[in-house]
Amino acid sequence: MNGSSIEFLGPNAVPDRSGSSLKKRRRWGETIIQSLLFFAGFFSIFTTLGIVYELGKEAWLFFRLPEVDLVAFLTGTKWQPHIDQFGILPLATATLVTTAIAMLIAIPLGLAAAIYLSEYASKKLRNTLKPVLEILAGIPTIVYGYFALTFVTPLLRSIFGKDIVSIYNTGSAGLVMGILILPLIASMSEDALNAVPRVLREAAYGLGATKLEVAVKIVLPAALSGIAAAIILGVSRAIGETMIVAVAAGAGPNFTLNPFKAAETMTGHIVRMSGGDLSYDSIDYNSIFAIGLVLFFITLILNFISQRIVRRFREVYE
Amino acid sequence: MIRLSSVSNLSARHTAGRVWQVVFLGSTVIGILALSALLLNILNSAFGFVALKAKVEPASLALGDVPLEEQSTDELVALLQSRLSSGAFNKLNNEKALADRPHAEVYALVLERIVKYSVDETWSLWESITRSEEIKAYVAQEYPGDKLVFISWLTADFISRPQSSEALSAGIRTAIFGSLWTIGITILFAFPVGVGAAIYLEEYATDNWLNRLIRTNINNLAGVPSIIYGILGLAIFVRLLEKLTSGAVFGLVDATTANGRTILSAGLTLGLLVLPVIIINSQEAIRAVPQLLRKASYGLGATKWQTVWSHVLPNALPGILTGTILAVSRAIGETAPLVVVGASTAISMDPTSPFSKFTTLPIQIFQWTSRPQAEWRHLAAAAIVVLLALLLSLNAAAILLRNRFARKY
Repeated sequence: MNGSSIEFLGPNAVPDRSGSSLKKRRRWGETIIQSLLFFAGFFSIFTTLGIVYELGKEAWLFFRLPEVDLVAFLTGTKWQPHIDQFGILPLATATLVTTAIAMLIAIPLGLAAAIYLSEYASKKLRNTLKPVLEILAGIPTIVYGYFALTFVTPLLRSIFGKDIVSIYNTGSAGLVMGILILPLIASMSEDALNAVPRVLREAAYGLGATKLEVAVKIVLPAALSGIAAAIILGVSRAIGETMIVAVAAGAGPNFTLNPFKAAETMTGHIVRMSGGDLSYDSIDYNSIFAIGLVLFFITLILNFISQRIVRRFREVYE
Repeated sequence: MIRLSSVSNLSARHTAGRVWQVVFLGSTVIGILALSALLLNILNSAFGFVALKAKVEPASLALGDVPLEEQSTDELVALLQSRLSSGAFNKLNNEKALADRPHAEVYALVLERIVKYSVDETWSLWESITRSEEIKAYVAQEYPGDKLVFISWLTADFISRPQSSEALSAGIRTAIFGSLWTIGITILFAFPVGVGAAIYLEEYATDNWLNRLIRTNINNLAGVPSIIYGILGLAIFVRLLEKLTSGAVFGLVDATTANGRTILSAGLTLGLLVLPVIIINSQEAIRAVPQLLRKASYGLGATKWQTVWSHVLPNALPGILTGTILAVSRAIGETAPLVVVGASTAISMDPTSPFSKFTTLPIQIFQWTSRPQAEWRHLAAAAIVVLLALLLSLNAAAILLRNRFARKY
């Protein structure tokens, strides 16, 4: 096609000039636009570099302080800046407790809801519930924080007794975080279950399997990598979640695994420290960058694993 | 024999199937119930009984037989003049002549300046409905002289009043304007850059290591916790670019905003936060434009940019806008990064420029929720209703846009 049209143009018009001008004319407008677009695309790299550089620089300043020592930072059980104790463990255990409770709620409920929506629900019900789930996933987390403090905490206190459950506690924050992450896991897992080819189901039915057997023994294993990705993303979301713990989990680091006691998570600590008037280059200022760096790497690794799993899962079915 | 065993086996398998179906359905229902509890809890707190204590009894302000609420505007103005210091009265009069103000406004002033109600105790909507008699008896006994009224914490006044240190006269106007300004900056920054990046990645980028890096990087950025963006904003916009974000470069230094904790910093921080989301959504919209359109355009001799501008973008625009609206509604609800960037705790002045100090709706909710007194929590609930209404209408707009302009190829 291409060759013949050039041949056709050749003898009639001005062959050399038109040919070369089409080929060689540098379109400066196009070049400029392309450069601008490239810059826009490249901009996100700056964001990452900015995060790594700023967090790294301030964290470096933090660890170089005479009061701070990397080993004590990673293994210390006290975070009390005023007596120069900088052990991240109390903050990390609080994050661990809230995340664990959240996942205990979100994984079974989210997964079961996903199986129901994908395998049992009528198409109409699914098409109604799925957008509802997605809208609910868009409710600001401060609203969930309000819910934790004004509904779940009083509920826990009336069930277990006011002596056992503190006004601020990691348990209530974790429970509500579970409710927050539930739609995320349900929605992503449902996508994964839905992507399993119909043929697999039909084959299993043909061999006499019941609906439950098809769902649990055929579809679930086939979608496992997508579900794993959803769960890992959920964990990463729970670790980085801030407002629920800032409102409901309590202020002040506390090295405890008891979910009924107040304890401050890594994110909660950052919010509390920066909420006041934080002066630059103070030890508190530097410390939030160090905590931020830890947080950044944990979530980065989790997100990376999640994406890896999704990519492998995609290759299987495309 | 085989038939027999399979029959007995079958009934067990079917029972298991039914049991688990109930479990799956139950989980879905529990999830939905939990989320409904969340919304109901907010509505429950947004209305209810309040026991109000008056500093000056309205009955003592009656003019002979005429109770306070039936007095004419002139009588109320006279009352204000007699009760307020002359300085305070003149200040009010200078803002707008009191005699010319509508009756309702003057009456509200009398309540605010002279009667000065304060909250003794509050009840939720549910309590107010189910235990109304009990509450009335309790108030009569515990707070004699108190006025028990059923109020909605969410009123038109609540939306139009600035922030205040008194719960009964606090409003969210400052916060709403703060949110609008901040989001405006966010959109101005993130929309062009985000769409530009998406066009580059979908239309121009070849499959080399740099572009793969950019793609991976954007996916990873989308998963970074929002508080990290707050720290980044604090380091870059507030501290490093203080001269720019405080307006000093433009000679706009206001003594009160002479640091970088401004609307501009907040908007740019949220811009960085939603940028990956906008890019990913726009990429999907651009990818959905059929290759055929591009081929036809090239076939007619159009350049790459002409093709993108006149054929790809118009077709991808509804999708891009939908994605942007969803990203923006996420930015509107963000709290954590703005706390870190340095939202102000108590300002009652509406923002006037990108270099003003700021507070936003979610920040206001956070601060009110953190206060121990119940009346602030009710106000927080009312503010949440406003925030959710705003987000819901944005989401509805996005869905409408998608349905209206969705094209089938």
